[in-house]
Amino acid sequence: MILLQVIVDGLLLGAVYALFSSGLTLIWGMMNFINFAHGEFVMLGMYVALLAVTWIGGGPVVFGLAAALGLFLLGVVIYFALIRAVMRGPMLAQILSTFGLALLLRYAAFWVFSPNFVTLPRSVLSGTLRLDGILLSVPRLAAGLAAAALTLGMHLLLTRTALGSRLLAVAEDRDAATLMGIRPDRMQAFAWGLAAASAGIAGALMAISFPFSPAVGETFALTAFVVVTLGGFGSVPGAMLAGLLVGLIQGLSAYWLGPVYKDVVVYGLFVALLWLRPQGLLGAA
Amino acid sequence: MTRRMTLLSVRHLEVRYGDLVGVADVSLDVPDGAVVALLGSNGAGKTTTLNAIAGLVRTSGGSIRWREDAITNLPAFAIVRRGLALSPEGWRLFVGQTVEQNLRLGATTLAETRRIPALLDRVFAIFPRLAERRRQRAGTLSGGERQMLAMGRALMSDPKLLMLDEPSLGLAPAIVDALYDTLRRLHGEGLTLLLAEQSVPLALEIADYGYVLQTGRTVLDGMAQALAEDPQVQRIYLGVNPP
Repeated sequence: MILLQVIVDGLLLGAVYALFSSGLTLIWGMMNFINFAHGEFVMLGMYVALLAVTWIGGGPVVFGLAAALGLFLLGVVIYFALIRAVMRGPMLAQILSTFGLALLLRYAAFWVFSPNFVTLPRSVLSGTLRLDGILLSVPRLAAGLAAAALTLGMHLLLTRTALGSRLLAVAEDRDAATLMGIRPDRMQAFAWGLAAASAGIAGALMAISFPFSPAVGETFALTAFVVVTLGGFGSVPGAMLAGLLVGLIQGLSAYWLGPVYKDVVVYGLFVALLWLRPQGLLGAA
Repeated sequence: MTRRMTLLSVRHLEVRYGDLVGVADVSLDVPDGAVVALLGSNGAGKTTTLNAIAGLVRTSGGSIRWREDAITNLPAFAIVRRGLALSPEGWRLFVGQTVEQNLRLGATTLAETRRIPALLDRVFAIFPRLAERRRQRAGTLSGGERQMLAMGRALMSDPKLLMLDEPSLGLAPAIVDALYDTLRRLHGEGLTLLLAEQSVPLALEIADYGYVLQTGRTVLDGMAQALAEDPQVQRIYLGVNPP
């Protein structure tokens, strides 16, 4: 029974990993660009949620939307202010630009919010459900289900809508997309907004259950890189599968080996899988 | 013949890629309702000329006018909006997306999305093969089908002028014949065509007027009939030996 509990908890957290990782994989797929500040977007989503709860009040829907909107705008601004310019530069400039951005955002957060861990008030969403002998924390259940639905939504947006088709067209052949009348800049700015929003919501969803500080972004960035690499760069379904898998492996290794080892196991398996299948689980060979 | 309005007019176009000169001096006119051919061998500057008109490459000199407006160095998305569509060299299909998605992308500039179903039906009527393959990824199509899709996609913007870059390249003769029949039909329906073509006999069969490009310059132009009878054209491009 405890094992089932561990599995369910792992999958619920994995769904949230999948959500923010799908944003990272979208940016990679759109423009072959690695965003090292993605973990910081998750962290900022947590603080936007905290600010929204403090200033506006309301439930998870309110602060979830606030985090999505806030981070969407941040993503668009970062695209136009920074990314568009460094895209024309050498690869090293691209890598260092978001690395620098990550540090800027992290230490700005230290400055504004202090390095102390904080939590959202428990009144926001709490309680547990008992189901067939396992205990489901309501905040984690809500976070996992919402994240799964949003990741699926992102996949459907990309594959089933005219907007998604235009985004993928720019990703595939920027010049040909321009010939169609698509403005690549707008599409790429939108992709940055969408990616940052997915990280922001994921942060808000985790903020209900976990204490956080400005330093947590680093962990999420690493998790996102593992998920995106496992799932195959650019693949949202891959990120979905890999996110669930990473959540599950973390949960199981914490249960069997102890919480200290959960990341060791994840990164160990990650390196082993890269060795055997460098294109990722769902990536093209 | 009454004098027709000039849709597109290019004057002394120059395009440089760094130190390389892609096009040195090209001038041409495309009258409304005409079929104009850009002739010349590989590397003569046909593709660069079309790409410059469509806004894919920046010009370094000269001017391009569409009707009354200067469109020199406007971005490609602004040019297709005015009614000039290019079916580019190598087709440049979105191979990861379906045939229908590719076609719908071609209609991005339409202000009224209500017109898309009718335009789709028109393309499927012209190319029934595309209708059969509409749910297939473009990457799974044969060469002839890819050419059809590239043309169909350009037609989805409902252009006034369709520019085609080497429509016959790499295709089997039977497919090329069918393609040129389709071009004649589209021309009959009022579409203006500007086509770059290595195969001079093929192009002169359909064109009213032709320009011959050599190392980035227009060296000869004239009515298609006159060009076909020109001894220089006959010798270089039509393989006719002087008596």
